[in-house]
Amino acid sequence: MANYSTNEFKGGLKVMLDGDPCNILENEFVKPGKGQAFSRVKLRNLNTGRVWERTFKSGESLEGADVMDLDMEYVYSDGDMWHFMKTDGSFEQYAVDKKAIGDVEKWLKEQAVYTVTLWNDNAIAVSPPNFLELEVVETDPGLKGDTAQGGSKPAKLSSGATVRVPLFINQGEILKIDTRSGEYVSRA
Amino acid sequence: MTDIRGADDWQPTATIETLRARAQLMAKIRAFFAARDVLEVETPILGHGGSTDPHLDSLALEAITPDGHERLWLQTSPEFHMKRLLAVGSGPIFQLARSFRDGEVGRRHNIEFTMLEWYRPGLSLAGLIDECDALIRHVLPIDPGPLRQRRYRDLFRETLDVDPFTTSLAILRQRGAEIGGLSMTDADRDGCLDLLMSFAIEPLLGREGIDVVVDYPASQAALARKHRDPEDGAEVASRFEIYLHGIELANGYDELTDAAEQAVRFADDNRQRQALGKPTVDIDHRLVAALESGMPPASGVALGVDRLIQLALMKDSIAEVMAFPTPRC
Repeated sequence: MANYSTNEFKGGLKVMLDGDPCNILENEFVKPGKGQAFSRVKLRNLNTGRVWERTFKSGESLEGADVMDLDMEYVYSDGDMWHFMKTDGSFEQYAVDKKAIGDVEKWLKEQAVYTVTLWNDNAIAVSPPNFLELEVVETDPGLKGDTAQGGSKPAKLSSGATVRVPLFINQGEILKIDTRSGEYVSRA
Repeated sequence: MTDIRGADDWQPTATIETLRARAQLMAKIRAFFAARDVLEVETPILGHGGSTDPHLDSLALEAITPDGHERLWLQTSPEFHMKRLLAVGSGPIFQLARSFRDGEVGRRHNIEFTMLEWYRPGLSLAGLIDECDALIRHVLPIDPGPLRQRRYRDLFRETLDVDPFTTSLAILRQRGAEIGGLSMTDADRDGCLDLLMSFAIEPLLGREGIDVVVDYPASQAALARKHRDPEDGAEVASRFEIYLHGIELANGYDELTDAAEQAVRFADDNRQRQALGKPTVDIDHRLVAALESGMPPASGVALGVDRLIQLALMKDSIAEVMAFPTPRC
């Protein structure tokens, strides 16, 4: 992989740091009046999900990480692993372990398309689509006529997540959910 | 989203309202100097020589001139040309000059920026600090609070419990590594001091008023004269920097007028550049010649206008006071 110097650091660049692949989130250029420049960098360790803050001398470089984000369809889980399939027609499948699936486990829906992050061809992270349409499998009965503002209640969704929904929502309805905030958007 | 570059970022990062306020502040700056009989000058952005400063990276370009294909440098500040005017007796002069520093882009930096630079023949460094203070108060809409002078050395002692001149390099490296979170094992003395200054001291400066840092280490003199620290005779640079709200606003010198010393510093700078693995920069021989013919003793200061406007308009980043910062130019 190529090496990247601090002045090439920008959000989204994937680099190796302390043996882990990282995604650069922010790069702040710091320089005293006439002196040496530094880069204060925020990176997300893609293996652990932790955010690191590191300082580099201007001109230092890091090795690029062989990290790719690919669109894949969720197929099934065998209990230990979660299986995804490339959407490029190759039917090639990747198994994702518990650590890599993380919190996304509660946002899984068969045939929906996820972004799977591969490092050296191993799946290390999965991110859900921003919006998912999911069925309500459990909630208190809906309040008739209450379609306006006011109040919310918990609803358990088919993927396993629980979100706050308006009082008028009933079991069996399909809802549009923002997976980034875990919030109800609308009826689907 | 679209694949055509620029389709989604062609718009200015400053609002038209901000640009109008900016224009008014620029007019205020010009009025300040007009009232004090300081002559506004315009000098070239391009020069046959560039800044050799080891920590500034100059941009260069190829031009076809009457002498054929030549390499010309974009100025990192208008200093060299302005000093050549001083050497022929221009008297006090100021300039609002576009300046360029390669690689510098951030919340407070842009590769191309506006520098306010002015020179006062016969005025002491203390006199120039007073004038900077007056200008800043003239431009800012609210009182920034009192001006305090802080010695570089005292700031390090008070904030970090180290003496920038006498503490061992090993300890400076250790403190730098702790504070910066990076390996400092191969850092030199100035590298450690720069890191400690930027990360531990600068953010604290200018919080209760205008802080003026004076008596920098002699190794950071750049184009300033040097004098002895009365405390123990340590050599210090006759230089100041002005901070407000943690932002470095201005950098002033009791200007070096000794041609031989200037030539030595240029050569030293280029040697340092080579040691850092950076390209050398063509030396401005015309500046050396001007100093040889005799430049009057003068104090001079460079002030980042975009940052001053950023503070005056209470904006979070320099891009908000520029129509098109480098990423959008």
